[in-house]
Amino acid sequence: MAEPMKIRALLKGDVADIRVLVAHSMETGQRRDAAGNLVAAHFIHSMTVTHNGKPVYDGQWSQAVSRNPVFAVRIKGARVGDKVVVSWTDNKNDKRTDEVSVAAG
Amino acid sequence: MNLSSRAAAICAFALALATGSGPVTAQSKPEDGLALGRKMLAEDNPGDLWVERGQRLFTAKRGPKNASLEKCDLGMGPGVVKGAFAQLPRYFADTDKVQDLESRLLTCMVELQGFKREDIIRTRFGTLDRDSDMEALVSYVGAASNGLRMNVRLTHAKEREMYKAGEYAFYRRSGPLDFACVTCHGESGKRIRLQDLPNMTKAEEMREVVATGWPAYRGTHSTVRTMQHRLYDCFWQMRLPDLGFASDLSVALTAYLNYSANGGEIKLPGVRR
Repeated sequence: MAEPMKIRALLKGDVADIRVLVAHSMETGQRRDAAGNLVAAHFIHSMTVTHNGKPVYDGQWSQAVSRNPVFAVRIKGARVGDKVVVSWTDNKNDKRTDEVSVAAG
Repeated sequence: MNLSSRAAAICAFALALATGSGPVTAQSKPEDGLALGRKMLAEDNPGDLWVERGQRLFTAKRGPKNASLEKCDLGMGPGVVKGAFAQLPRYFADTDKVQDLESRLLTCMVELQGFKREDIIRTRFGTLDRDSDMEALVSYVGAASNGLRMNVRLTHAKEREMYKAGEYAFYRRSGPLDFACVTCHGESGKRIRLQDLPNMTKAEEMREVVATGWPAYRGTHSTVRTMQHRLYDCFWQMRLPDLGFASDLSVALTAYLNYSANGGEIKLPGVRR
């Protein structure tokens, strides 16, 4: 059960600053729980950002990214009200998509 | 320190090396770096995720009684969260006790939602394997007072009693190390390794640490910790017996701290190492 991301999109000049807080355990597969058992790897492997439907970021992530990561991209040529959609998929095929409108900075 | 002054400092350093002259005085203090790092973290505080989760938990029907916390009276009337953090701890007639935010939420979760007190206390601190509902709820209620100022009142006799007890505990040396809270928090500019210690005998530092300190997202814990956890951890560092969650002693210390911070502008959750 994926929790919602928290996304801010602020326009500065003609560049939209997109900052995303992602709630995800990002388990590396190396950590042991309190009982001493290995915790299975569980991490986001695909992260995408679209700007008015057009892909602007398509990244492959790994266990190296921290728990509850902060992720930021800047989109050139953006305007107030543009739709930015952020999606991730993890290795257990959990998915989450959230969208936000670009606000004046 | 801005970039140009940093560049100037580096130039001055290089010059001093080259000419072999005089001691270098343009060194920055470790606290400056700490403040800068904290500012950078605060811009994207993962604690905001706990605030949102706390809001969902607060309004969701949960527990054996399938009830939300929207009838929970945190001192501002049933379900009112705005301003609640600013005036806690306070006396509640229904429990005949002075309660802080955590102990009041505990009462609501037991009375309204039917959770078992022991279960809530056992899961009070989140781990990497399990999130804590309490930490999320405290984040939500705390953030709802953002922009307001701490305004704890000592009108009821029990509130004054708790404040006095908290003040006494703050200054009393105890345990094998003979430590009091004030041993670490009575001087400005002191650190444990790189963590600066707020001087809580100074009103200004007290206001800041209470109003913008806890609940806070702790990077090294990957979760939000509350004032109850901070006090629990301080007690462990002082090698005292474990501080009971929502115990009278923990509420007394919180009453002393929060009252002393009156006037501090609330900005929560904080962000810490």
